[in-house]
Amino acid sequence: MAKRIGIEVSLAVSEAVKMAKADVVAAYPITPQTHIVESLAEHIANGELDAEYICVESEHSAMSACLGSSAAGARTYTATAGQGLELMHEVVYVAASMRLPIVMTVANRALSGPLSVWGDHSDVMAIRDTGWIQIFAENGQEAFDLTIWAFRIAEDKRVLFPTIVNLDGFHLTHVVEPIEIPTQEEVDKFLPEFKLPTSLDPRNPVSMGAFTIPQFYTEVKKSQAVDLENTMPVIKETLEELAKVFGRKYNPVETYMADGAETLILTMGSYSQTASLAVKELRSQGKKVGQVRLRLWRPFPFEELKQAVKGVKKLIVLDRAISLGGPGGPVASEIRSALYDLPNAPNIVGFIAGLGGRDILPEQFVEMINHGIELADKGQKGSYEMMGVRE
Amino acid sequence: MSNHTWKEIEKGAIVKEPGSARAYKTGDWRSQLPIYDKEKCVKCGVCYLYCPDAAIKIMPDGYIEVDEYYCKGCGICAKECWTGAFKMVPEGSKNDKQKK
Repeated sequence: MAKRIGIEVSLAVSEAVKMAKADVVAAYPITPQTHIVESLAEHIANGELDAEYICVESEHSAMSACLGSSAAGARTYTATAGQGLELMHEVVYVAASMRLPIVMTVANRALSGPLSVWGDHSDVMAIRDTGWIQIFAENGQEAFDLTIWAFRIAEDKRVLFPTIVNLDGFHLTHVVEPIEIPTQEEVDKFLPEFKLPTSLDPRNPVSMGAFTIPQFYTEVKKSQAVDLENTMPVIKETLEELAKVFGRKYNPVETYMADGAETLILTMGSYSQTASLAVKELRSQGKKVGQVRLRLWRPFPFEELKQAVKGVKKLIVLDRAISLGGPGGPVASEIRSALYDLPNAPNIVGFIAGLGGRDILPEQFVEMINHGIELADKGQKGSYEMMGVRE
Repeated sequence: MSNHTWKEIEKGAIVKEPGSARAYKTGDWRSQLPIYDKEKCVKCGVCYLYCPDAAIKIMPDGYIEVDEYYCKGCGICAKECWTGAFKMVPEGSKNDKQKK
């Protein structure tokens, strides 16, 4: 039987990797990811997890070691955050292009400068276009479940894409939550043994990550793009199976109190739960307000989003990152682009808040929604507004 | 060289056939071609040693042949040849055929 325990979310993620029986962990500690990899090192040192822990000298080496290990057919895991993700940046692209099903936890952290160890989404937005499947956890239970799921989706023979599970630095990584831990049998039932269709094998030699001339680069990119888009049915299918085994159902896009709503607030990650308190409050005041949560960031769930916002007049989008000198928040600009062709598309208002670990309290979400409705009514000047800035 | 469509590319662009770089026609890069004059050649083999692309083949009689599939036209053979047995001519000119 599954057991419900109070556990720090980082330790629960480590437990998930242990239960997924990873063969190799190659990681470099960085705040706020540290507890995850410290705990994994302990599991391995104590003989609770039969795996290699590669102590690398940097995140660039961590992801490079992951490439080799995954290419050899080992179930491979790493975790990083903020500057660490930046340091491994170029290898993150290579993992996706080589179609190696590595699983990575990103404990979302602001990017320097100024130096900050606290949470926002700048780090993952900088690797948005690398070709990884990218999903956001809202709470500890999701972080645990989606980590197990990440191995399943990444390794599916129809998929073979590396997968990132995002969890907000500190707001998730460092909190203790009640989390239901399934039995090893349940995990094994959901996650079959890993077998890479073509791996590095001296008996059947192949070249991986070969130099590509102009005659082939475009074809490789096209196949990568189409294959990533085509993972959507498999993503839904495997989330369905996860629900059957663990009893918890996740969707690429989810709504809360959205029935009959004229205004929706769109959020990603742990602040989704705070925002839902504001939505509940506004509903109790009789306002036609609801919430849409974007769980899957890549591949982008275009159709699911269109369904979720159908008939909605105003859409307020929260970004925890900023595209300096650009259209504001990366999420809002993608939402605008995704809904541009929709007949009667909602009026979209972008807010940037929660940068560098700044809290957004439920009452501030209430303010954001009310102010967003005002801006949508009169037409927002400029493409975004920053909330909670001292003037 | 093959003309795989995007649908025929292996996942991860894995190359399953070894030595596939052999098929890449680096001769396409050439703007000048070394025309070889057997009359001037003393079979010393210095061109063979210096050619960075192994595009010079030594024949059984000791004379050489330029492998135009790989020759990039760098001109090192013409520069190094003691007797001036190579003359670089523009690709596509009326003289860009090896002497028979």
